Order: sequence, then structure tokens, then C-alpha cells
Amino acid sequence: MDVLHLLSDGMLLALQPLNLLLILIGVSVGLFIGAMPGLGSVNGVAILLPITFLVPPTGAIIFLAAIYYGAMYGGAISSITLGIPGASTAVATTFDGRPLARQGRASLALVTAALASFVGGTIANVLFTLFAPLLAGVALSFGPPEIFALMLLAFATFVGLGGDDIPKTIFSICFGLVIGAIGFDQISGAPRLVLFDMSEFLKGIGFLVLAIGVYGIGEMLWTIEQTRGEVETTNPKMTMRGMAADAKEATKRGWKGSMIGSFLGFFVGVLPAAGATPGSLMAYGVAKMVSRKPEEYGRGTPDGVAAPEAANNAASTGSMLPMLTLGIPGSPTTAILLGGMVIWGLVPGPRLFAEETEFVWGLIGSFYVSNFAALLINLAFIPLFIWMLRMPFTILAPVIFVLSIVGGYAATRSMFDLWLMIAFGIGAFFLRRFDYPLAPAVLAIVLGPIAEPTLRQSLLLSSGDPSIFFTRPIAGPITIVALILIFLPALKLLRRIGARKPAA
Amino acid sequence: MTISKRGFLALACAATLAAAPIHAFAADWQPRKPIDFVIMAGPGGGADQIARFIQSVAEKKGLTRRPLVPNNKGGGSGAEALIHLTTVNDPDHTILVTLNSFFTTPIRQENLGIDIMTFTPVAMMGVDPFVLWIHKDSGITTVDQFIETVKSMNGEYVMGGTGSGQEDSIVIAYMSEAFGLNVKYIPYDGGGAVAKDLAGKQIMATVNNPAEAKGFYEAGDFVPLLAFSDERMEAYPDVPTIRELGHDFSYYNQRAVVGAPGMSDEAAAYYQDLFTQIYESEEWQGYLASESLSPLWMNAEEQTAYWAKQVETHRKLLAALGG
Repeated sequence: MDVLHLLSDGMLLALQPLNLLLILIGVSVGLFIGAMPGLGSVNGVAILLPITFLVPPTGAIIFLAAIYYGAMYGGAISSITLGIPGASTAVATTFDGRPLARQGRASLALVTAALASFVGGTIANVLFTLFAPLLAGVALSFGPPEIFALMLLAFATFVGLGGDDIPKTIFSICFGLVIGAIGFDQISGAPRLVLFDMSEFLKGIGFLVLAIGVYGIGEMLWTIEQTRGEVETTNPKMTMRGMAADAKEATKRGWKGSMIGSFLGFFVGVLPAAGATPGSLMAYGVAKMVSRKPEEYGRGTPDGVAAPEAANNAASTGSMLPMLTLGIPGSPTTAILLGGMVIWGLVPGPRLFAEETEFVWGLIGSFYVSNFAALLINLAFIPLFIWMLRMPFTILAPVIFVLSIVGGYAATRSMFDLWLMIAFGIGAFFLRRFDYPLAPAVLAIVLGPIAEPTLRQSLLLSSGDPSIFFTRPIAGPITIVALILIFLPALKLLRRIGARKPAA
Repeated sequence: MTISKRGFLALACAATLAAAPIHAFAADWQPRKPIDFVIMAGPGGGADQIARFIQSVAEKKGLTRRPLVPNNKGGGSGAEALIHLTTVNDPDHTILVTLNSFFTTPIRQENLGIDIMTFTPVAMMGVDPFVLWIHKDSGITTVDQFIETVKSMNGEYVMGGTGSGQEDSIVIAYMSEAFGLNVKYIPYDGGGAVAKDLAGKQIMATVNNPAEAKGFYEAGDFVPLLAFSDERMEAYPDVPTIRELGHDFSYYNQRAVVGAPGMSDEAAAYYQDLFTQIYESEEWQGYLASESLSPLWMNAEEQTAYWAKQVETHRKLLAALGG
């Protein structure tokens, strides 16, 4: 049985009228759920799970996967147009998407996001098709030390960058780590950092609360302060020609980010600990690190939109892999899909690939079709999103505020979290005012809770000996690269001093 | 704001569709919004699998007017979930799938001030036995070989489990005491992560519930060595119980659903009725059999009595094992 034969069978199955219809509906629904602040693929898949009992299992999972896909595309929309992350997976998209929109280049950002998502999805699908069983083995070889090394690498990409003020970056990371540590300690089970003895802090800080606060409310305050309401809303009329020009520019200036995002995102998605949010943040960091013009990042570069968007789509395909091959969900959304599979009478786990060939390959085939459908639907709606941006900022600002509040409440259903969100918004505004980079703090809050338990599990494994991070075949090289990246700025500085001496 | 309108519309349509096949049973109280279905553990573990299975049965049969929305709160050995239930402002729409950490966590962390006797009993869906698993590549096939290997490694034998001071560590600590073993214990946030790391040979043995290890057992990767059940399990007839080896011990994980403290009587009656229907469904009975769970049905009063007894048992177990 060769792979191409199985894949073509799978695609034919996905293209059957019922399945194709499910894909189109799923992608459209996902797109809008993803675009709504506070609602992400998790909510979409959970809410629509009951509908899937009306169709056969293959159709059901195709439908849910299409929603998952659509939501990954949709998250970028509000990140770019409003500056509110549509879903936690699209937080990194705001870093450059929002500046582009403010420069009147929202269409470029949206087209870049759509194309990068497509590239990310496609590359991940091909990797999935060819290497699924092999990659399942790779996922298993990642124990706690390997995952910690990977997290270290992610932090390193944010520290070892030229352009930003390094002490401020480190401060920002530490701040994020502290916020991420609030709540319960997984290893000992003890509560910690319960500020003011308020029991609400016991559950920790929800990532979405922080993201909406920092990027929705903080960004709005920042824009008001910077422009006093005089934001230029002039946008070129969206024409087919304009979009084609954007597509050309997006390809030229975003291909590198797309490539990095696709491969990195897929790989991070495959690891059961991570998922699309860490994947997209890491892709952003790496893209910035390898860029020749890192100073453009954060000010509006298509690469900065392409990397996280390619990564979150690639990661969503990637996280299907441990679910299908090992029966272990790689992300919260796949955990729900897994629940669905059990009730459809399928046993997820090592034998699914061998025993449910039609189901598995139908699903894989549907990835390709969904990805294509999502691209077309997304591109078709771009003029609509652009039109929305023509509203004067004096109207848009209150809309952003209301959407942030409603989105935040929808996600957490807690008034305490709303106040916290507003506090984060105000705090973020002041940090920005004093030129503290916010992205490293956000990264630290996402990755800290993964890095900390894996660090402590590793040290338990080695009885406290840190050499475990250097001696293991996979962890070792990753750790060394991470450390080099962290100390690179220091080396550069030394060299500069060394070079100056003879001249003096 | 075309996007948001459309978004809301899409959601509204979804909600209507979700609500369409309402099962007709006569209860005065009905949920008015999605039910927060809290799980005391991370995704992929035994409690999580059960919660998602229950959700699926409820959805498939159209038993609830509003969907059950699973919500993993595994932090702090389930303390995160318990705190969530005691602080939630709408107890009528908040229910919890429990493990034994429902008993152990409040004992271990008295400063949290959680009194589980204030929670609302809903349903005891079954109890889940524990089994000692090793990877087939270790070459070990019997308990004796296992004991010998662990002893020869002088404390370097690594076992993983969910959390610390809860089910897995209680079972491992008892076993170590009984056989005179010295193992290194690594806590994880859920049974799924534990199973994955045994499959990847990051750790050497686990005491997962059968449901958590089944996929890898069927694929031939995991080997069961010892059962911590009262009698030999149907699915693993050749696996001896620890009782047969002369140690008077059995340990099960409770798979129960409880309501938030302060839930109204009407809502409690609704959930008790709902979970009785789920319990009696063909799907759940099939799940009990295929995942090797033992049935242990109880009504509300029996559950409260059972809780009181379990709290005492666990207080003694934890004290004996030094926490």
C-alpha cells in the first residue's frame, strides 16, 4: 500500500458531496469563531460536537477538523484589524499585523496571513502524509529534558536578538515568568504567589485574559495616546488588482517567515506538551532572529505576520499526529476531537492508523481540501474586513473596548478576570510607554508553565544533576544552541570592545 | 460590525442545532446556559477520557438542553478544580468529574479550607482499578523480575504518575513499602503524559488505570505485571493481584460526578436524573466493560457516606506513607 494511493483515496472521500459540504460549512463557521475575540477553535469544536452525530464518523471528524482549520485562519482577522487577538493562537500575529494595519496596510497583512496559513497548512499536510509514523516516534523521544531544552531555545530566540534593549527584554521575560507561576505548583501541588490572599489567584492567570488585556485594551490606549484620535483610516479601495499586488508583495516579503513558521509550527504541534500557541510564538521569535532586518519586527513586516500564521496552521495539523498515532491529544482542541472519536466507536491509539485506514486517510485528505477552501473563503472576505477599518478611530476604539470586555467574559465567565484584564491593559500601556517589549512577557507566560515542570521533572530524573540537559542525544544539541544564542549578545559586545582597543 | 454579527449568528445557529434534539424528561429545572463540566486532571488521562465520553453520550442522545463543556483544571493535584467549584458564582451550572484527589488534596492542603462534604452528590459512575505497567523492551515479564530489577538499580529506577501525594503516588508508595523497593517518582500533570513517557521509555514503569494504558497494551508496547484490584481483572486474567502476593491492599480511583457546593436542590435532582440515564445507557455499560471499570452505583445519601469513609481511609493512608 503506498502513501499516494491511500492519500488519493482519502481525498476522493473528502470530496464526496456531503463531506465537501461539511468542509465548507466547517471552515466558514471556524473562520468566524476564530475571528471573535475570546472564542477559539476549542469553543467552536466543543459547541458543534453534537451536530457530528448526525453524520458518519469520517464526515464528523472532517467537519470538526475543518472548524479547527478555519479558526486558525480566522484568528488573524481581529488580530490585524482590531489589534485584539481573535484566539490565543493568533496573539503573535498582532505583533506585526496591527502595526501594518495602522500604516494603512491592513490588506497586505490579511493577504499575508491567508497565504502564510495556506503554506503552513500545506507543508504540514505533506509532512504529515509522508512521515506520520516516523514522527510519532520522534514525539515519544521527547521526554522532559528535551521539552525543557526546546523551551530554553524559544526563550533564547527572544533574548539573543539585536535591536531590542536586552536588559528590558530580560526584565520582560522575568515578569512573564512570575505571572505564569501564579497559582498551583504542579510538582508539589502547593499554592504559590497568591497575591493579597485572594482565592481568585489560586487558579492562575488565564492566558487569554492577559492577551486581550495587553493587546486589545493596551493597544487601544496606546493608539489613543499616540494619535489623539487622529488615526489615518485612509485605505486603498480593495480591488482584485490591489489584492493581487498585495499577494505579490506578501510572497516576496513573507516567504521566509512562512517557511520557518511551517516547519517549526508543525514540529512543535507534534509534541504533545505544546500546541499552536507556543508554536506560533516560537516561530515569530525564530523568524526575527534569522532575519537580516530584525529591527523591522514589531513595526510591521509581512514576515512577522507570516511566521506565526504559518505556524499555527502547521501546528494544528501537527497536533493531530500524536492524537491519531498515540491517542494522546497535542492541544486542547484535539482533546475534544479525541472524545468525539471514542463515541463514534473508534479507538484512538497506536493501532488506529493500521485498522481504520479509511477514516484516517479520509481525515488527512480533508486537511488538504479544508486548507484550500479556507484560503478561498478567507480571501473572499478580506474586502469586508478592510471596509470595517474605514470607520473613524473614535468609533472603532469603543468597539474594540466592548469586544475585549465581551470576549474576555465569554472566555472566562468571571468578573474578577475582567478587572484583571483591564489592569493588564493599563499596565501594558505604561510598559510600552517606557519602551519595555511586551512580546517576551507574553511568550514567558505561555512557555513558563511548560518549561518549569519539565525542568523540575528532568532534575528529579537526574537526582539534581544539570548535565542531563547536555548528555542526552536530542536535548544536548538543543541546549547548547540555546545557550549560545543567549550569550551571543555578550560575545558581540566583547568583540566590539576588543576591536575598539587597537584603534584607541 | 459585520463580523461580530455574523459570528454571533453562527454561534446562535450552532446553539439552536445543539438544542434541537431535546430528550423529554419531566424535570422542573433545566440548564439555561452551557454546563461547566470541570475535570480534575489534564487532557488525555482517565478522568478526562471519562468526562469526554460522558459528554459524547449526552450529546449523542440529546440528554441536555445546553451542552456539557469539558474544562480541564488539573493544577495543584486537582486543587485548581476544587477551588473553582467552591468559588464559582453559578453553582447550578458547574459540575465536576472527580478522582481520588477529591479526597486527598483537601487533606494535604488544609489551608485551602475546602470541605468536600459541602459538595453536592450527583452520581458514582464506577471505580477504576490500578495496574502496574512496564515497557515490553525492558524484558520484564513477572513481578519477581520487576522487584529484582528495581532492587538492583539502587534507587535509580524511575516511575512516573499523576501528581504527588495522590492516587498514583499512594499506590507506588504502598507497593514500594510492601516489596522493600526504592524508586524515583516523577509527577506529571495527567495519565496521558505518563503513558506517553512510558511509551517513549522516558520512565520505566507506571501504575496507570487500564483505560490510560489500553491503546499501548493492545499495540504490544506495555506489559501489565500486577493488579491492585480485589480480584483478578477480566481483561487481564493472567495478571496477579497484590492481595495474592500476600499484601492486604486494594485501591480504586473513584469516577464520580459531583456538583458545586450550594447547588439548588432542583438542579441537583436534574443532574442526578441526567447521570442516572447516562449510567444506564448501553454506551456507558459498554465503556465500563471495555475499560475494565467496576460498577459501584450509589444514591446521593450513600455517596455522602462513602465520601466520609474515604476521607478517613485516605487520612490514614497518607499519614502511614508520610504524606
